[in-house]
Amino acid sequence: MHLNEEELEVLRIIENNSRIDLKDLAKMTDQSDSDIEITLKKLEDMRVIVRYLTVINWAKVDEYHGVTAMIDVKVTPKRGVGFDDVAKRIYKFKEVESVYLMSGAYDLSVIVEGRSMNEVASFVSEKLSTLDSVISTTTHFIMKKYKHDGTIFDQTEEDKRIVVSP
Amino acid sequence: MIKTSYVSKTIAELKPSGIRRFFDLAANLEGVVSLGVGEPDFVTSWAVREAAINSLEEGYTSYTANAGLFELRSEISRYMEKQFHVSYRPDDQIIVTVGASQALDIALRTILNPGEEVIVVEPCFVAYAPLVTMAGGIPVTVQTSKEEDFKLTPQQLEAAITPKTKAVLICSPNNPTGTQLGQEELVMLADIVKKHDLLVISDEIYAELAYDEEFTSFAAVDDMLERTIVINGFSKGFAMTEWRLGFVCAPKEISEAMLKLHQYAMMCAPTVAQHAALEALKNGMQDVEEMRRSYRRRRNFIVKSFNDMGLDCHNPGGAFYAFPSIERTGMTSMEFAEKLLTEELVAVVPGDVFGESGEGHIRCSYASSMEQLQEALRRMERFMKNHCQ
Repeated sequence: MHLNEEELEVLRIIENNSRIDLKDLAKMTDQSDSDIEITLKKLEDMRVIVRYLTVINWAKVDEYHGVTAMIDVKVTPKRGVGFDDVAKRIYKFKEVESVYLMSGAYDLSVIVEGRSMNEVASFVSEKLSTLDSVISTTTHFIMKKYKHDGTIFDQTEEDKRIVVSP
Repeated sequence: MIKTSYVSKTIAELKPSGIRRFFDLAANLEGVVSLGVGEPDFVTSWAVREAAINSLEEGYTSYTANAGLFELRSEISRYMEKQFHVSYRPDDQIIVTVGASQALDIALRTILNPGEEVIVVEPCFVAYAPLVTMAGGIPVTVQTSKEEDFKLTPQQLEAAITPKTKAVLICSPNNPTGTQLGQEELVMLADIVKKHDLLVISDEIYAELAYDEEFTSFAAVDDMLERTIVINGFSKGFAMTEWRLGFVCAPKEISEAMLKLHQYAMMCAPTVAQHAALEALKNGMQDVEEMRRSYRRRRNFIVKSFNDMGLDCHNPGGAFYAFPSIERTGMTSMEFAEKLLTEELVAVVPGDVFGESGEGHIRCSYASSMEQLQEALRRMERFMKNHCQ
């Protein structure tokens, strides 16, 4: 589907800050408040805007106990439906955060979150690798997140400019 | 005992920049939100910084050709052709300089005989008139007005021309007003320039930051290539102020004369910065595009907010400055800026430092994060409520 420049601009802005005040968003895109609401509604209805999320650095939270694994999955595609059918069987598990069809050495990249390595391991051995179409899995646990969705976690941006300059 | 001053009369008589005084005031306060910064809030892109690190690692620590790395000049030539449809030979029409400031300096010193006049369009960058003076020329200022969106009119230009006029120094998009001259306006000014056989020194350092209309280089106007000196650089559009890297494009005769001055006075621009600039031109245009979009949003935001709070502000077509009128407060721009700084801790630059016609205005740079802009605008709104009934 084709979007106009105003719609694209709204997406570019809220992609980085979905909590922006709508009045500010209207000013930034030179639209009226009501136009912005209509635009957002339209993009939501079209499922171009799918969901508003928050990037959280859970590593900073002592109470959080969780692990993330990226699993390379090789599968046998099925006649007529290709990879979509097996992808669907995988993404319906609530443990699965993301599923991507990949080019290269394996077919599906599956991101799984669990409370412990054991939990993820048993998901892989009991649920994922037992699926008929799955040929093999390679599980990589994430040790540390440096940058996620374009955001550097450790960054403290400091303005190094002098206060007034010509 | 020494009785005479060692400082030359010309320099002794130069006024220090009004911005300096304001900087001293602002720098001594805590918690200031600054709209006074005349440079991008972006840090130079990592790819460019990485290219500079690589240049040092590879041991490029010697001089380059006086005019700059040939590869960089070739890239500048391609860039000028592609972006602005003007063609300059890398061999003898492009010089890489230490910032656009040095480019301006060598341009003026190259063209001026003692006593010749340069028309300087105000409000403008604080260095223009002093640079003309230091080059032995006489700056003749023309005052543009809010009513004309701070655009130089053909009538004003014509009226300022005397038999001694050598050149017109013009900056579009402009610091401090953000005003951009459109193609038609340039054509009308060019007609007068041609009629009187003048040169144009066109400071196009903000060319990449044009938000509504496509930017037109003065050199791209018919028959103007041969009588325009284009000043440009990497500071603003590429967020590379620290690198101090600019360039100047001019007809061969002028360019070769400028190169003499450049080779005696500067030798060459720093090699590490030239390698960084090369990377910026080769692979950095997408970053420029993203920064332009980001400034445009903030431009829209700040101009609308100023008008909403009763600070009458024209829509600046480029650069990253808004130049609202503060006349309805009854204060001078210096009073306004000082009060705003001491009462609300917001730093702006009083318009009069950019020339007489800047009085009654303040320059607000929107090269700051949205959070900083929002905070500054909240404080300014409160300030306006306290000072205007």
